Amino acid sequence: MSNDEYILEVKNLTKDFPGVRALDSVDFKVRRGEIHCLVGENGAGKSTLMNVVSGVLPRSEYEGVVVFKGKETNYRSTRDSEQDGLSIIHQELTLSPYLSIYENIFLGHMKTRFGIIDWDTCLKDSYPLLKRVGLREPPQTIVSKMSVGKQQLVEIARAISRNAELLIFDEPTSSLNDEESENLLNLIREFKKEGITCIMISHKLDEVLAVADSITILRDGLSVASYDLTKAPVSQQQIIKGMVGRELKNLFPKKEPDIGDVVFEVKGWTVHHPDYHDMKIVDDASFFVRKGEIISFCGPMGAGRTELMMSIFGNSYGYGASGEIHLHNKRVTFKNPKDAIEQGVGYVSEDRKSLGLILIQDVKTNITNSSLPKLSKRGILNKNLMRNKAEEYKESLQIKTPSLEQLVRNLSGGNQQKVVLSRSLLADPDIFIVDEPTRGIDVGAKYEIYSILNDMVKQGKSVIVVSSELAEAISMSDRIYVMNEGKIKGVLDRSEATQERIMHMALVD
Amino acid sequence: MPENANIEQISFLGLAKQNLRKLSMFIMLGLILLVFAVLTNGVNLTPRNITNIFIQNSYILILAVGMVLVIIIGNIDLSVGSVVAFSGALSAMLYNTGIGLIPTLLLSLLIGAAIGVFQGFWIAFVGIPAFITTLAGMLFFRGLTYIITNVSPISLRDDGFKKIASGSLNIPGFTIGSMDGLSIVVMVIAVVLLVFFTLHRRRKEISNGFSVLPLRYTILKVASLSALIIFVFLRFAAYRGIPTVGLVLFIVTAIFVFLTNNTVIGRYIYAVGGNAKSAKLSGINSEQVVFITHIIMGVLCGLSGVVFTAYMNSALPQAGNQFEMDAIASCYIGGAAASGGIGTIIGAITGGLVMGVINNGMSLMNIGADWQYVVKASILLLAVFYDIWSRRKSGLG
Repeated sequence: MSNDEYILEVKNLTKDFPGVRALDSVDFKVRRGEIHCLVGENGAGKSTLMNVVSGVLPRSEYEGVVVFKGKETNYRSTRDSEQDGLSIIHQELTLSPYLSIYENIFLGHMKTRFGIIDWDTCLKDSYPLLKRVGLREPPQTIVSKMSVGKQQLVEIARAISRNAELLIFDEPTSSLNDEESENLLNLIREFKKEGITCIMISHKLDEVLAVADSITILRDGLSVASYDLTKAPVSQQQIIKGMVGRELKNLFPKKEPDIGDVVFEVKGWTVHHPDYHDMKIVDDASFFVRKGEIISFCGPMGAGRTELMMSIFGNSYGYGASGEIHLHNKRVTFKNPKDAIEQGVGYVSEDRKSLGLILIQDVKTNITNSSLPKLSKRGILNKNLMRNKAEEYKESLQIKTPSLEQLVRNLSGGNQQKVVLSRSLLADPDIFIVDEPTRGIDVGAKYEIYSILNDMVKQGKSVIVVSSELAEAISMSDRIYVMNEGKIKGVLDRSEATQERIMHMALVD
Repeated sequence: MPENANIEQISFLGLAKQNLRKLSMFIMLGLILLVFAVLTNGVNLTPRNITNIFIQNSYILILAVGMVLVIIIGNIDLSVGSVVAFSGALSAMLYNTGIGLIPTLLLSLLIGAAIGVFQGFWIAFVGIPAFITTLAGMLFFRGLTYIITNVSPISLRDDGFKKIASGSLNIPGFTIGSMDGLSIVVMVIAVVLLVFFTLHRRRKEISNGFSVLPLRYTILKVASLSALIIFVFLRFAAYRGIPTVGLVLFIVTAIFVFLTNNTVIGRYIYAVGGNAKSAKLSGINSEQVVFITHIIMGVLCGLSGVVFTAYMNSALPQAGNQFEMDAIASCYIGGAAASGGIGTIIGAITGGLVMGVINNGMSLMNIGADWQYVVKASILLLAVFYDIWSRRKSGLG
């Protein structure tokens, strides 16, 4: 039996996936009523650990002991753990998109009378829950019509509706903007006051240091360190050192700009919503990028940055796009992505799982998918060349995979991102558009991705980055375009850009 | 072999475990053959019957090759039975005008292609789901078949057509012992080529620094494949020689195995099926790939129509009834995934043979169509269950 101090104790936990040991005799203890942050690089085993704790992976699939509220757990699914008072809020939201807020909250544990759902009670009960999480929408709202941030609040409301004593947040702020993130952190602090224990997985160290009472660091499936912040403070450097196993002096590689003439220019670009044709998502956007230059697009979520890029990239988004594209001083049009790639423009999507990769295919196939015409002769593939090229990118981008035949779904987020980058790089673009290249990626891998982008501009190519992390945009780019509400609000030089100025430009000017 | 050859160290058991999923359908086919060999006192392995299994299932196997491509891109084609009837009827009518066998065959393939263009257009460019488009196609072409045939069989002017299905390839008078000479010669050539190319490829892989399996496993693989070739061809040789339809089937299989593994369009089919949105952003023209896949299906329906007409020695208005179901079942037994992106030509062929061998064995035992349906359905469920179960176990899905 364990003592009462800890609500959750994980002892000597080991979990193997085919070819990979995800967790290696991990110990992990969470005290009752604290906010415990779990940090580590991608692939360190954080999500796997939480999947074990919450019953996503049933008892038969791991070795070791998990003790929750003094009892060893034996969950067959998350249903069991939820009944026990343990809820997980996943990184990818699990709401049913076409149902309303209150239907989603009570999905799976509806209030019934004689087996018939009592919708009135469900609706009534949903008000206090929504109030607790600070969501002001009417409960009848269909969730797919709300922003990701609000959907997440619904997810949290669902968790607390089941009287959760332990809430697990898996990277809760990864798709939220700054304001939404701050609200969420406040909510977690509220929960702490109410006596609910929270575990938060996060890559954002400033957030971690702002809320955590304890921090546990995982690295390569091992629990390397635990800090009790109520006893002694911990610095960001210490945590990073623990995560990567070495001291990381610079978060951003140094860049020596060597900027040439304008190679790519977009003038007066306008695109409408794919369903509501009179709604402008991007409104009269004009920008340019020079040879050897990195430019960034900043702005709040929904500013239209992704939509602008996808629409330029062969009409991959929206309806009725208009405007001019000039490539090497020649007016061009891209009918479809194929056209854009052939003319030397590459695009890496922010959503690598559903738009970037083919998860059921292997690393080699994913890397080569954009370049098959180049790797073949009269339609017949040169398999050796494909293999060599894939191997070349695996080496140069340091993709960590047991083999080129490994399915990409089994790779960690950072390595998946490198596979998408490889695919785009292999197609040899002059203009390389990367959308949130470091989302959900750990510090070490971020540094590597930045270095890859720097290498590209060193070779005389141009990079356009869409980024929600202002620090990243400021450190990486030569110029920053600020967008909001579909319009380009202004542009800042590297020397004059600060986080405050960018936010000011986006929201006030 | 160079000193630094990159040879994987793996035990036989480990290797078998790794490949169990891939091999499971072959094992299933072998077991089913053996079970019926016991139940029928070996009748199902006689030269005559082995030849018959190929002939009786050829038109389904041809459809299964096309269907697996359609399933890989994440679609389905319910119209193939009706298209087989329609193109079969047209081929009989064309043949009866006296234009000869080869022009009839080519025109039938062209008709199939045209039907593929028609259906592919609605599916790929207009965006009507394949299920609905081909459901319409199923009714549409059945109706057209009834119209052009006046709902009565069309008999053929002579026996030339029949040879596509029931004829054999042989050189008159060329026999070895009591066996057909050509079959033996082809068998020897096939085994020699197999050995040569396997070793050649292994050497090439070693020289490229790729990791390869130890030689003894390569030998084991070649030996089992050779045994299979020798078994089948000896059966052919002891009966009437290589059936013409076997050659047709071999050509179709060879073309599409090559297409799926070694061509750009083949890889595009897998990419679109694996994730259509991602494929599109990778610069693949998804619509065009879907369109081409349905044209291929159409061409193979045309071929299947010709073979079936030849097999029946006349064009029947109700021909091809439920062929789509057999073809679809073959693909799933052969390991294709309903969600798209996964499947192989060889798998579909093996799946089709599994069903064919069961049909044939049960017919030999004088078990009626009623029980054949029940058994086939059970095998389909079991095979897909095993597939899902083993995939989940190995963390693939």
